[in-house]
Amino acid sequence: MSNQTAHGSLKSYVTGFICSIVLTIIPIVVLVNNWLEGLGSTIVFLAAALLQFIVQLVFFMHLKDEEKPRYNLMSLLLGIFIVLLIVVGSIWIMMYNMVAI
Amino acid sequence: MAQTHSNAEHHGHGHEHPDQEEMRTFAFWIYLMTDVILFATLFATYIVLQGNTDGGPGPKDIFQMNGIYASTFILLTSSFTSGLALLAMHKGNRLALMNWLWVTIFLGASFLFLEVNEFMHMVHEGATISTSAFLTAFYTLVGTHGLHVALGLGWMIILIIQIAKHGITPVTKRKVNIVSLFWHFLDIVWIFVFTIVYLLGVK
Repeated sequence: MSNQTAHGSLKSYVTGFICSIVLTIIPIVVLVNNWLEGLGSTIVFLAAALLQFIVQLVFFMHLKDEEKPRYNLMSLLLGIFIVLLIVVGSIWIMMYNMVAI
Repeated sequence: MAQTHSNAEHHGHGHEHPDQEEMRTFAFWIYLMTDVILFATLFATYIVLQGNTDGGPGPKDIFQMNGIYASTFILLTSSFTSGLALLAMHKGNRLALMNWLWVTIFLGASFLFLEVNEFMHMVHEGATISTSAFLTAFYTLVGTHGLHVALGLGWMIILIIQIAKHGITPVTKRKVNIVSLFWHFLDIVWIFVFTIVYLLGVK
């Protein structure tokens, strides 16, 4: 694979930008108009954030275009694993393991 | 598109063996992963402590969402313009590269201005960093992100001076590459601050 895609194109930046704006507007509209309550809105907000995270990785940081071996992707996956371990682990311990209060 | 393609190939250099600048870019990526872990601990702390308001104000009482919406779109646009700076650099257009970096700096500075304003407003309302565990976690998380943005601004200004002096060389190329990676990374962190702290806080 040649390196012409390594730093993206105007098209990929514009696509990423438009997707990011749409994915930011969706949760704002849902919040302002009170369309969803409770768990529903939580899921929509988190899903929009997650999608935007992927959009930015692909269109802005060009993770998709990386050549093999994909060291960037591998270290990112390790990073995400540690993040989930810390965040989910903390929530789980603090919410469900309250003994002797 | 075709234009970008041919230009990119023209500027491309051998990929048979990784060169020094590419290794340095990857090293910066590794640094970003450690920064991810730093933010993960701050997010975990915030999520665990956000309910502990100690009778003080909660998220719904102090967050002013209109300013937050504005700063979210400003930072998102600055992430896009730092990408445009990168494109200008790969076309060999030094003036456009410097101008897009200035636009990015201007947007980043506007973001920081709004954030400092928000903090001052909150402190004025009596919601300081020592008011409750919720606010300590809030100021630490959002403030650490703001500090990163401030460092990024100073970094970009120094980089513009280097580009003005030395032009687009393999070294300044790599530096623009990593500063733009840093900037996209800060935008990604902000997406989660915006969602977890603000959107889920006021809903």
